[in-house]
Amino acid sequence: MNPVIELDGLGVAFGKRHILQDLRGTLNGRAIGLLGPNGAGKTTLIHTLLGFHPATDGTARIFGQDITTDAKRIRALIGYMPERDSFIAKMTCVHFVRLMAELSGMPPDAALERAHESLFYVGLGEARYRTLDTYSLGMKQLAKLAQAIVHGPKLIILDEPTNGLDPPTRLRMIRLIREIRDSGEARIMLSSHLLRDVEECCDEILILKDGRIAANCNLEEERKANRKFIELEMRGDNRGFAEAVGRLGCEYAFTNERRLKLVLPEGVEIRDLYKIAAEREVQIRRLNFKRDSLEDIFLKAMESGTTTAAGGNGNGSL
Amino acid sequence: MAVYEHGYKPYAGSLTPEWSRFLILPRHASRDVFRSKLFVAFFAVCFIYPLVAAILIYLHHNVNAIALMKLDLRELVPINASFFHAFITTQCMLGFFLTVLIGPPLVSRDLANNALPLYLSRPFTRKEYVVGKMCVILILVSLITWVPGLLLFLLQAYLEGAGWLGNNLRLAGAIFMSSFVWIVVLAILSLAVSAWLKWRVVASGALLAILFIPSAFGEIINELFRTRLGHLISLGAIMNSVWLGLFGMFQRQTGRIEGTRSGRVIEVTFYEPPLWSSWLMLALFCAFCVLLLMRKVRAYEVVK
Repeated sequence: MNPVIELDGLGVAFGKRHILQDLRGTLNGRAIGLLGPNGAGKTTLIHTLLGFHPATDGTARIFGQDITTDAKRIRALIGYMPERDSFIAKMTCVHFVRLMAELSGMPPDAALERAHESLFYVGLGEARYRTLDTYSLGMKQLAKLAQAIVHGPKLIILDEPTNGLDPPTRLRMIRLIREIRDSGEARIMLSSHLLRDVEECCDEILILKDGRIAANCNLEEERKANRKFIELEMRGDNRGFAEAVGRLGCEYAFTNERRLKLVLPEGVEIRDLYKIAAEREVQIRRLNFKRDSLEDIFLKAMESGTTTAAGGNGNGSL
Repeated sequence: MAVYEHGYKPYAGSLTPEWSRFLILPRHASRDVFRSKLFVAFFAVCFIYPLVAAILIYLHHNVNAIALMKLDLRELVPINASFFHAFITTQCMLGFFLTVLIGPPLVSRDLANNALPLYLSRPFTRKEYVVGKMCVILILVSLITWVPGLLLFLLQAYLEGAGWLGNNLRLAGAIFMSSFVWIVVLAILSLAVSAWLKWRVVASGALLAILFIPSAFGEIINELFRTRLGHLISLGAIMNSVWLGLFGMFQRQTGRIEGTRSGRVIEVTFYEPPLWSSWLMLALFCAFCVLLLMRKVRAYEVVK
């Protein structure tokens, strides 16, 4: 199966200013998070993939199709939700979404039907006959999402979808993105400066810095790799418990009298810990899997300079 | 993605042919256009002259009516190239005012609302966008220019007989071509103005200014230098030459005056610029407008 996005030395320059330089890598995730500080080139990358800006060096492929030669075919596979307010004035929402569906190639009747359905899906069913200029910011964001998914694209590119949303609307947006991701019918590329949003929705991230790839990793793999780090909070014979755990081959260290950090070796499961705790009448009050948060990953990538991390699913680079 | 399922589903139905998608824009735009009462009223007014012309053609062939009126209508208003030229000139001017009403918001509204990324992120190119927007004007202005013009031509041919049709077939081509050239010029011009001027009133004013101000300057040049070369900067004069050329009525010599210089009586003969120069100016004007338009019709403007 073709990867979602392949970056093959992609570079973009505006005049003499290089915005993106030598981007290389393969993105396969169900939901790909695009991160980076302001001016890192996230939006330029999205625009280049959509064919808005020509590539000055290299190329990229989406589902195996080259962005320089198959731009129109690629755009038929993509749904795009822009960052800024983008609407057609004096139109009702359903008319707007229908027009967008028709421009994607759907016949008028099917477009109207899908416009209604997608507006119900995003939660604007009751407000679909209102003109867009009467919508609140949150409703406008949802309308933008509706037009991006109305034609059932294979890749949905969302540029800052939670910008300016209040907490309930943000949660709704995140839920919708996760639902689409979990349906398996479409891949998602989510550009956001909110790490929490990316962490909640994405399983792969691409971090850009100064127009270069600073990190590219699979969050799922990262999570799995860190799964054996455990933090325990206990009451009872903590020292005895630790020694018993140590005899199983676990490395351990106390952070204070009641808190123990340990690394489980291969073959040792959580239930082994519970057995030892039961034998020694130790209460396990809390058990956390310790892992790098996305914030840690992001900060490490920012500190490490502009070195391209392993493309694809590598996790050793971070 | 049925409502009852509330889940994301891809679309697996049929797709429209790619070549036809530019027509989506005029179809949707026409709804907005006909919502304006002013436009509808003006559009209705545009059909008065075709109606009057149709009555005149009918009266030409109705012996009883001619006898009743006691007027020699055939001598008074002959149905010939001049009749159709006058018809097209009038209707094309009405078409210009129609364009002033509908043209300015066509692109500016999309630019003001940042809608171009939405259009261009789909399998829809900049060219299709421009052609689609042009079609709004092409269709509406066609309905008041060459369409009624050709209907009048057919009416005259029907009433006059087959011989007239064979002898005047060139007129049908002239009616269509002269209208079509003007409509294309209007469409390109109004889209270019719309792309650069966001305020509707200013854009409408600019359209009027582009038609009338260079004409005034052209006339000043003509008077000062006793020439007709000033017509080359007047869109109205250029179009008039083109129309006359298409109807086979173009004449280079358009006047002669007598004056005195150093006590001697001299004669000055005015010659219109050659017909090819009018076509050339028109082509250059359109090319410039297309250039302006394509600079603005982009998903995002890049500031270098």
